[in-house]
Amino acid sequence: MTHVSVTVNGAMREADVEPRTLLVYFLRETLGLTGTNAGCDTSSCGSCTVLLDGESVKSCTMLAAQADGRELTTIEGMAEGDQLHPLQESFRRNHGLQCGYCTPGMIMAAASYLKENPSPSEGDVRLALEGNLCRCTGYQNIVKSILDAAGSMAGAEA
Amino acid sequence: MIPAAFDYERVDTVDAAIAALRADEGAKLLAGGHSLLPQMKLRFVMPTKLIDIGRLHDLSYVHEDGGGVAIGALTRYHDLEASETLRQLAPIVASVAGQVGDPQVRHMGTIGGSVAHADPAGDMPSVLLALGATFVATGPGGMREIAAADMFPGLFQSALAGDEVLTEIRVPKTPGGWSYQKFTRRAQDWAVVGVAAVRMNGSANVSLTNMGLTPMRAAGVEEALAGGADPATAAERADEGTAPPSDSFGSDEYRRALAKVLVRRALEEALA
Ligand SMILES: Cc1cc2nc3c(=O)[nH]c(=O)nc-3n(C[C@H](O)[C@H](O)[C@H](O)COP(=O)(O)OP(=O)(O)OC[C@H]3O[C@@H](n4cnc5c(N)ncnc54)[C@H](O)[C@@H]3O)c2cc1C
Ligand code: FES
Ligand code: FES
Repeated sequence: MTHVSVTVNGAMREADVEPRTLLVYFLRETLGLTGTNAGCDTSSCGSCTVLLDGESVKSCTMLAAQADGRELTTIEGMAEGDQLHPLQESFRRNHGLQCGYCTPGMIMAAASYLKENPSPSEGDVRLALEGNLCRCTGYQNIVKSILDAAGSMAGAEA
Repeated sequence: MIPAAFDYERVDTVDAAIAALRADEGAKLLAGGHSLLPQMKLRFVMPTKLIDIGRLHDLSYVHEDGGGVAIGALTRYHDLEASETLRQLAPIVASVAGQVGDPQVRHMGTIGGSVAHADPAGDMPSVLLALGATFVATGPGGMREIAAADMFPGLFQSALAGDEVLTEIRVPKTPGGWSYQKFTRRAQDWAVVGVAAVRMNGSANVSLTNMGLTPMRAAGVEEALAGGADPATAAERADEGTAPPSDSFGSDEYRRALAKVLVRRALEEALA
């Protein structure tokens, strides 16, 4: 067993787990945070994307032990109370999801990217999503949602 | 997919990593985990212990060093891509780092891990070979330097000993004249074939990704260039001495033809 103590969405969480425990299962099964999905288990689909110290990572390709002492943000940590995060709001407004399976990963990948590049072009957004697959939407409305969110986030800051 | 059970230890120093490697023959170093964990999930490898060197922040750096650039082995792709020093002094490294996998992969994967993993389809080993990089390994007896030509002896095999940690990679300043041609079917994919070309002393060093069991220099092409051949003529020798794989992305024959096209494009860009 190895001791893992992490800050998840602002709260300290800790547990003793087997060293081989993958971060995605630590979040889902140990901590009960099932918003993060496991799609492929092979670091291909991006549905398991979370933020580690603010940067996107695939939680299926990381040990919970590697996150020890660090800060994680999952989809559950995006809204503030009843106030949806601008990305969540724009996915809703722009029909950026159909089945919704890829959505938590899309939103976390986009959140990480918009911090690096707050005013991306459409091409930038498409490239930034190269590690995230969607089997439903054809990406069109996902890209639209992210561009829309970038606009409203920039507006909120101005 | 869950890996087989193993012990886990996080170390704070290179010496502690070396000691832990010596204490357990079945142990392996864990850097970003983006080659090792996928392999462990498939149970291609089943280490008894993982020695996590991911927090050796002292080994994450890029700095100008005399005639070249020194890169810490634990530097992540994301930091290579963003490094102003690399963009100016060895832009091929920064550019290719930005073409590996996807942003999530680049937030975890390290240059040292990619070298030690020695995947013939890996982008960075091939680029470092073209640059004639020097690799610094630290073991129980201290540090030693390994030349690029000796670094990749076989399939998924590096020249590092079982109790050595790769600590630094040195590349020459190559601010002008370079190209990396990575041919992929989809954005996130590995190279079906890749070609690195770097202008050096009026000619070019050329290396090939995914054209055999190891990353390799295109010796025939370099010889032709040295003899005064133009890029298109030199590129015709791209597949000499190669043994490309045949898989769902392309046959041996397809890869040979592709290598010639990509070498020509790489030379035209690097020597322009
Ligand atoms: C979805 C996905 C897509 C990818 N796409 C590409 C791609 O397009 N091109 C490409 O080139 N690669 C690609 N990769 C592989 C990626 O480059 C890996 O991150 C990299 O090869 C390994 O670096 P790491 O830090 O993750 O190493 P790890 O996985 O931690 O380690 C790899 C091996 O190196 C050893 N090791 C690590 N660090 C050291 C060290 N300092 N000294 C000695 N031994 C060490 C480990 O023991 C292990 O055997 C991809 C990976 C994934 C998951
Ligand atoms: S579940 Fe992690 S990338 Fe698909
Ligand atoms: S909405 Fe169904 S996978 Fe993206």
